[in-house]
Amino acid sequence: MIEMHDVGFGYRNGAELLSGVSLSIQPGSFHFLTGPSGSGKTTVLRLFFGDLLPTTGRISAYGQDVAGLSRDGTAALRRKVGMVHQDPQFLDHLPLAENVALPLTVAGRQVDMAALKDLLGWVQLAPQARAMPPSLSGGERQRAALARAVITAPDMVLADEPTGNLDWDMSMRLLQLLIELNKSGKAVLVATHDMNLIRAAKAQVSARVLRISGGNLQLAGADL
Amino acid sequence: MARLKRPDFKGATFKGLDIRALAQGVLRRDGGIAARIVPPTGFTAQLTLFSAGALAFLAVFALALSLAAGRMADRWSESLAGQITLRVSAPTGQAEAQTAAALEILRTTPGLGEAHVVPDAEVAALLEPWFGPDVPVDALPVPRLIEVPIASSEFDAEGLRMRLEGEQPNTVLDDHGEWRRPLVSAANRLRGLGMLSLVLIAASSGAMLTLAAKAALAANGQVIRVLRLVGARDITIAGAFVRRFTGRAALGAAVGAILGMIAIAILPDMDSAGTFLTGLGFQGWGWFAPLLIPLIAAIIGFAATRWAALRMLREVR
Repeated sequence: MIEMHDVGFGYRNGAELLSGVSLSIQPGSFHFLTGPSGSGKTTVLRLFFGDLLPTTGRISAYGQDVAGLSRDGTAALRRKVGMVHQDPQFLDHLPLAENVALPLTVAGRQVDMAALKDLLGWVQLAPQARAMPPSLSGGERQRAALARAVITAPDMVLADEPTGNLDWDMSMRLLQLLIELNKSGKAVLVATHDMNLIRAAKAQVSARVLRISGGNLQLAGADL
Repeated sequence: MARLKRPDFKGATFKGLDIRALAQGVLRRDGGIAARIVPPTGFTAQLTLFSAGALAFLAVFALALSLAAGRMADRWSESLAGQITLRVSAPTGQAEAQTAAALEILRTTPGLGEAHVVPDAEVAALLEPWFGPDVPVDALPVPRLIEVPIASSEFDAEGLRMRLEGEQPNTVLDDHGEWRRPLVSAANRLRGLGMLSLVLIAASSGAMLTLAAKAALAANGQVIRVLRLVGARDITIAGAFVRRFTGRAALGAAVGAILGMIAIAILPDMDSAGTFLTGLGFQGWGWFAPLLIPLIAAIIGFAATRWAALRMLREVR
């Protein structure tokens, strides 16, 4: 589905963040990407999302080289891959429901109001449908971001430290949503430094854990 | 897990920037969700409306000036180009004979109508404003005047002039070109200046709208970033701005053009003043010309905003 082949990345005039990273995300898989802060977890997700381009190596999505995509092609990739950012941003002038439906709106698709209502209910935000984003709590914003990421029925969901700003209960609630998504056949890749979250997930779902360190990616051992 | 229905993809689709998008920019309000993905631009929108209106108001006057100058040039060309005058300055006692000889030459010149010798009384009346009523004009050596209408393009003024020099050296041909040409030239230049003013106004509108669109885009950097992250194409994001500024430009220009037309309509009429300025208005179908200004403003708004938006969006990955 989406693969990295020997990918390296570094900012201009900066040290190389990643080198020789190879990773394949297959349909229905569940991966955790872990490592210390600044190790490059977010960078890997942004590379998958077409938000950054590799300096070396190749990323292919659905058989196409991501670096060779046009701007419209990148936009199309982002509609196939849902992304939950660590600090999700919304359009503050639109209510929550319209923000969640935004990927459909910008794609020119008609919004199925019943499906939108179901989706908001799934992330337990139905009562906040008309709320404006600045009034939402951190947990609500993360769940809204997850709903927005899956409204186009993507094949894959990327989540960057989705529980980074949440308490344990809220983190578990979000994790359950991600597990439900995976059980419905979607590939899930979660970047997190929270080992307790990974352990809780592994108790319920078969997940591969990848550790990123020194710019390299390795399969984590059974010591988790 | 709640049932995740795949949305119904039938229905309205977001069209790219085409003629239909231009029409939507002019006709549609900002109420649609595709337009509301960009927050209201507030003060920028009001300034755009005002500037478009003011420029359209000026454009109406420039257009009126250009059309009036064109009419004036045509009128002067036509009214005086249709006839020639022969001036017979013969010594005393030879006037009749030389006038008859000149008439014979005119009769055999192709392209001319029937010649008319201006009666002495009419010549005296022409001279009276210059000499006053007390001067005995008939005592002066006043030349005889012969007026001849030009009947066809066969007429060759230079040929007739050379023939008169050879056969009737005391007779001079005046085709009115000497004083008509500078007037027609001035009127044509005035028309050119009017057209230049219209071009400058259009260019200023384009510059103003480009700056306004750039300001709106810069103020909405975060919005644009979010839209790109959820998979919006550049054309979709630009479309929201383009529709908004196209609509503002068209609306402002419509108001400005109508006010300009009203101002032109209430100028003094030609009967009461009879000067050049009274001819500044529109005539006949000319009244429809200012109605094109809002359409042109919309096209300029569409092109300028589209260019600015797509150029600026390239900087956002």
